[in-house]
Order: sequence, then C-alpha cells, then structure tokens
Amino acid sequence: MKKFLSIALILVMSLGLLAGCAGEPATPSGGGSDADFKVGFIFLHDENSTYDKNFMDAASAAAKACGLTDDQVLFKTGIDESDACYNAAAELVDEGCDLVFADSFGHESYMLQAAKEFTDVQFCHATGTMAHTEKVANFHNAFASIYEGRYLAGIAAGMKLNEMIEKGQITADGAKIGYVGAFDYAEVVSGMTSFYLGARSVCESATMSVTYTNSWFDIALEKEAALSLINDGCVLISQHADSEGAPKACEEKGVPNVAYNISTISMAPNTALISSKINWQPYMEMIINATKDGTEIPFDYCPGIKDGAVELTELNSAVAAAGTQEAIDAAKAELEAGTLHVFDTSKFTVNGETITSYMADVDTDDAFTPDTEVVSDGYFHESEKRSAPYFDIKYIDGITAK
Amino acid sequence: MSEKTKHSEPLLRISKRDGLIWWKSWLVRAAAVALALVLCSVIIILITGYNPVQVYSAMIRGSFGTARKFWIMLQNLAMLLCISLAVTPAFKMRFWNIGAEGQVLVGGLATAAVMFYVGDRLPTALMIVIMLAASLAAGIIWAMIPAFFKAKWNTNETLFTLMMNYVATQLVSFFIMIWVPSGSSVMGIINQNSRAGWLPELFGQKYLLNIIIVAVITVAMFIYLKYSKQGYEISVVGESENTAKYIGINVKRVILRTMGLSGALCGVAGFLLVAGTNHTITTTTAGGMGFTAIMVSWLGKFNAGIMVVTSFIIVFLQRGAGEIATKFNLNQSVADILTGIILFFIIGCEFFVNYKINLRKSQKEGK
Repeated sequence: MKKFLSIALILVMSLGLLAGCAGEPATPSGGGSDADFKVGFIFLHDENSTYDKNFMDAASAAAKACGLTDDQVLFKTGIDESDACYNAAAELVDEGCDLVFADSFGHESYMLQAAKEFTDVQFCHATGTMAHTEKVANFHNAFASIYEGRYLAGIAAGMKLNEMIEKGQITADGAKIGYVGAFDYAEVVSGMTSFYLGARSVCESATMSVTYTNSWFDIALEKEAALSLINDGCVLISQHADSEGAPKACEEKGVPNVAYNISTISMAPNTALISSKINWQPYMEMIINATKDGTEIPFDYCPGIKDGAVELTELNSAVAAAGTQEAIDAAKAELEAGTLHVFDTSKFTVNGETITSYMADVDTDDAFTPDTEVVSDGYFHESEKRSAPYFDIKYIDGITAK
Repeated sequence: MSEKTKHSEPLLRISKRDGLIWWKSWLVRAAAVALALVLCSVIIILITGYNPVQVYSAMIRGSFGTARKFWIMLQNLAMLLCISLAVTPAFKMRFWNIGAEGQVLVGGLATAAVMFYVGDRLPTALMIVIMLAASLAAGIIWAMIPAFFKAKWNTNETLFTLMMNYVATQLVSFFIMIWVPSGSSVMGIINQNSRAGWLPELFGQKYLLNIIIVAVITVAMFIYLKYSKQGYEISVVGESENTAKYIGINVKRVILRTMGLSGALCGVAGFLLVAGTNHTITTTTAGGMGFTAIMVSWLGKFNAGIMVVTSFIIVFLQRGAGEIATKFNLNQSVADILTGIILFFIIGCEFFVNYKINLRKSQKEGK
C-alpha cells in the first residue's frame, strides 16, 4: 500500500510540474498580418440546439472559406446571457481575437459593454436591436429577412392544404393551421404572419391558431403544444421554437409539418414538408473579410432571399403537393424582383380594416415606445428600418391565439 | 467469537475505520486524484488523440492563465461558496434543503425589482441597503415556508424545497414578462447607463467586493457553527432530535431559525449575483449552483474552511472544462466527462478514508 501511494504521489507531482511548464502567456491582441488574425464565436448552447447548430455550421464554413486555420477560430459554447457573456468576449480579446461574434438576443448588452471597453476589436451580434441607436463604432447587429423564407414555406403549406381539400380529406373551412410559437414577441409574430400570408396566397380559406410555449427551447412543451393544436382540429403544423418537439409530434400523428432552421425530413420522413432557414455564412464571411481588410462593417445588416441569406431546405416530394416547387420558385422570383411584398397591406386586414399607417417600436428605449412609421407604398416595411423584425400586429384577421 | 458461531469469512470484508491519521487520509485523496488524472489521460488519448499534458495545462490555464481568468475564477468560487455556506447549517441539522436554487433566485429577483422600479432616483448607498434588505427578506420567506410546514406538520422538506425552486423560476419569468412588454423575455443589463444599484468596484476590480463579502461570511459561518450555542444546537438536532428534546432544545424553533439563516444567505447570494455580477435577472441566474452547493457542503464535511477547498476544486474543474472545449475545439461534453471522472474519484475516495477493506486471512493465521 505504501509503495502504491508513493508512486501515486510522484505521478501527481510530476504531472503538476509538467503542466506548470507547458503554460504559456496569452498573446496580446493586435491586427496586422493575416496569420495573426483571430475570430471568436460565442454561442448560447452547443450543437444540440438547432438554433446554435445553424450558427456553428455557418461559422465553420465561413472560416474555411476565408482560409482561416483552426488556431484562428475560437468557439465558446454554452455561454449564458449574463456577465458570463462579457467575460467570454473579454477572454476572446485576451486571446488575440480581432472580431467577436455572439448568437443570442440576451447576449447583446454584454457584447455592447465589451465593445465600449475594447475599441480596437469588432463586435458583431445576431438578432439584436441596439446598434443602430447606440452608434458604438465597433458594435454591429445583423439579422436576415427571414419573413421572406417563411412566406415561401407558407406556400408549400397552402398547396398541401389545397391538396387535402381536393382529396376530400378536409373541407375548405377545415383548412386550419396550428402554429407553435416560442414567445409573444415581434420576431415570432412577424414569422407566423408571413407564414400564414404565404399559405393564404394559395389557399384562401386557410386560418391559423397560435399557441406559445414561453421558452425558446423545450422539447416536451413544444411537442405538447403541437399535440393540443392537432386535437383542436389543426390539419397542418408549423413552429418557431428551437427543438424537434413539434415535428416529432406531427410524425406521430401523421400531420404535415413546416419546420425552421434545419431540414426535418430525416426525423419525420412522412410528414416534413420543407423548412426555411437563415444562412449566416455570407454575413460571417463579410465580417471576417471586413475586419481583416479594415473596411467598415454595417451597423445593422439585414440581407434577404436575393442575397442568399434566407434559404429553403429541400422540399420533401413524398409529402408535398404537386406543383409546389414551381409555385415557390415563381413567388421567389417575384420577391427578388421586388414586385411582390410579403406584408402587402391589400392582402390582409386587421379587425376587418386595411391598415394605412403603423408606428413600430424600432428604436430601443426603456418604455418600448412606438417611434417609426413603417407602412408606405402599400406595404409594411419589415426589417428595413432595423434588421431585427418589428412586425408585431396581433393579429391579422385569420390568425387567432389559442 | 466462539467456535460455534464461526462461519467462513468472505474474501473481501468491509469494516469501518476508527479514524485515519490526517496525513494518511490526505494521501488517499491525493492518490485518488492521481488515479483520476491517469484515467482521464487514457480517455483523452483514446478519444481525442491530444497530448494529456497539454490538455491538463489548458485546464490549469482556465483558472490561472491570465489575471482576468484568475478573477473570474475567484468570483465563481465566491458565489458557489456563498450558496454552499447558506445550505450548510440546514444540512448539518439534517434538514434537506434542496431549494437553494429558488432561494437565490427570489433574492436576485428582489434586488432586480428594486433596481428596475427605483432606477436612479435614490442615492446609491440607500439603494443598496434597500436591495439587500429586500433580498434577505425574499430569501428568508422562501426558506421559511417549507420550514414552517416541516416544523408544524412534519411535511417532507426535500420535496417541498424542490418544488419551491420551480415556483421561483416561474415567478422570475412572470416578472420579466411584466417588465419587458416587447415579449423578448430578456431583461438585458438593468440601468446600463446610470449604473444605479450596481455594487461599486473596489480598486478597479468589479468582483473584489463580492469576494470580500463572501470571505467575511465564511469566517462568520465557521465561528457560528463551531463555537456558538446556536451552532451547537444545530449539531444536536442533526444528530438526534430526541436528544435535543431531552436536553431542552426547542427543536421547532431551531429548525425555523436555521432555515431562516439558510434562506437569508441565499438571498445575499442572489443580491451579489444581480447587483454585483450580472446586473440582470434571468431564470438561470442561479445557474444550478444551488444544487452544486450541496455537493460542496457535504464534500467539505460542513466545515467552512474545507468548503473553500471543495468549491475551489469544482470551480477549477468547470473553468478548466470550458478552456479545454475552446482550446481543443472539443465538445463541452468531453470536458464534462473528464470533470465527472475526477469528481467521481474525489467523492469515491472518501469511502477508503472511512472504511477499510480486509482480505480474508489465511487459515493458518486464524484461530
């Protein structure tokens, strides 16, 4: 026993000694040559969340496309929306990062705090709202016109409803969509409304019922919400939440589903229709190149479907109605050409009336005051005044909260 | 043992140790850590192909690599220790307070509420006093509810305190929903520009005040449990309620008082987390520390001094795990596996400190 213990002790001590020697000081931050360039990414969860996985895949692909080596790209996963985010950002700066990106809405004020402190480092934040009013030179927001993608995915849903009506599976009045939303928040309301408008553009009798889970990621709650909508007579489900709960519920019940962020065909081969997603790779390539070259990054950037930032995943031909792809392609061409607007005010009513004016809360303030007129030229100008969505009209006629 | 009752002895027999000399028990612990490191090395080589020495040095850098990392480690250590100290009197009394998470959360919520409603209308010092009082009250109430039911109707405190955590989480969600009408469910930094209600930085170190406060609480708790009459009463109630009753201790009062203290300290932790660290409130502000604290407290044998070491070990491993994940582009889970192995050995070795394994003696040696 004694012998064993002394060997163990020697092992501990030698390991400690080696570890001590291997420690190296962190290199100070400094731009200059390409080899010195480093970029750091902060993610709320890890790849088990579809939301974060979408960002992580884009970050890796963008780094590769920009010719960065593994040593030049640092990932910090599982970073809470708290002081931990500031610390993660500051540690990345200590490691020599010239650019730091964070992916979650709640990271924003901590990223801003870091940006004010480390003025020679660029800070980019997805889904935030403060950059265009704070005007801190090295702090930037970005989003994408995902409502365009939702609209197109809605067309696939509408076509499916039409097919079900034609086959006599449902009546025209029974074309009821169920929508599982995360929070009663502009980003979610904008998404659900554009999805519904897309569906109604091909299936006039479509209605939609919405329920919220009050969580961005909760597999059990999302599944339960989808099931309760199905029990209420919804014949097609879509969702804005980050887990696979709703698609799985749909596969169990044989109800068609339109998803978000990732293709769900592999987990729900008999019910998955299509998904819309944001492709962050072009934005990430842009900020990496701009930081390297010392050119300016826009304060608030919102690319859309014509920029390749909004995409639809593969259409599941086993589930989709005939002619769906053609209908989507036609609408997409019109969106790109600017001849079709998702929130065309002649296409929807609120309490039976067409809206001609709407003040949205675009500039962030403590009281959440509506401050900007966003309806003109016959449509609601979503994501033009600010990258993060601000369409929060609850609800246009045809949509009801459960 | 008489010849009649003698039966064959098993190959391995476990018996209680009478108490190991301190240096021997620490040798056992050191050996356990060494074994854990060796096993981790094997796993690192097998599943990642990295050099384990490099991985371990990254782990150490997670806490000691830069001045910033060192301060973050101290801050995390202080917070975990504060909550561990809070649950300790309850556990010493054998009152299973699984509700520290919720007690910290309501404490933080109270501070956030004062910061949100008062804003910059009051001088900082007064504001901080109000925030602290609100957090103390919230923590005490949250802990006293299950304690009252336990003392009065002998309800199961484990379930009760656990359930109170969920209520606290929902309460935080509810208030965030009221405070943030946009529905984003994110509070953001409260009073980011006015810094109203933020704890001051000492010597330019934003965490220093937190650390000093917890250091004071640590010393106070050590003295309280070891030398005060109340500390003694807690030990007696923990060892045997009947003995306590027999010698005239009012058990109900001790339960209520001790849980009140436990909740008050959790409230302080919530106050420090909101006013001193995060300057926001989320449903994850306590971040699971209310549960980790239980492990810290038991590993530290309810001794405030040893708990400094045990919370350091946990925080060191957590920070190291994060560093490994970033440095080697590994999934955080790999780092968590390593942390788990090391903790398993540290906890497991206590068995060998307390018990010894006897091999069957050969027949010749027997009688």
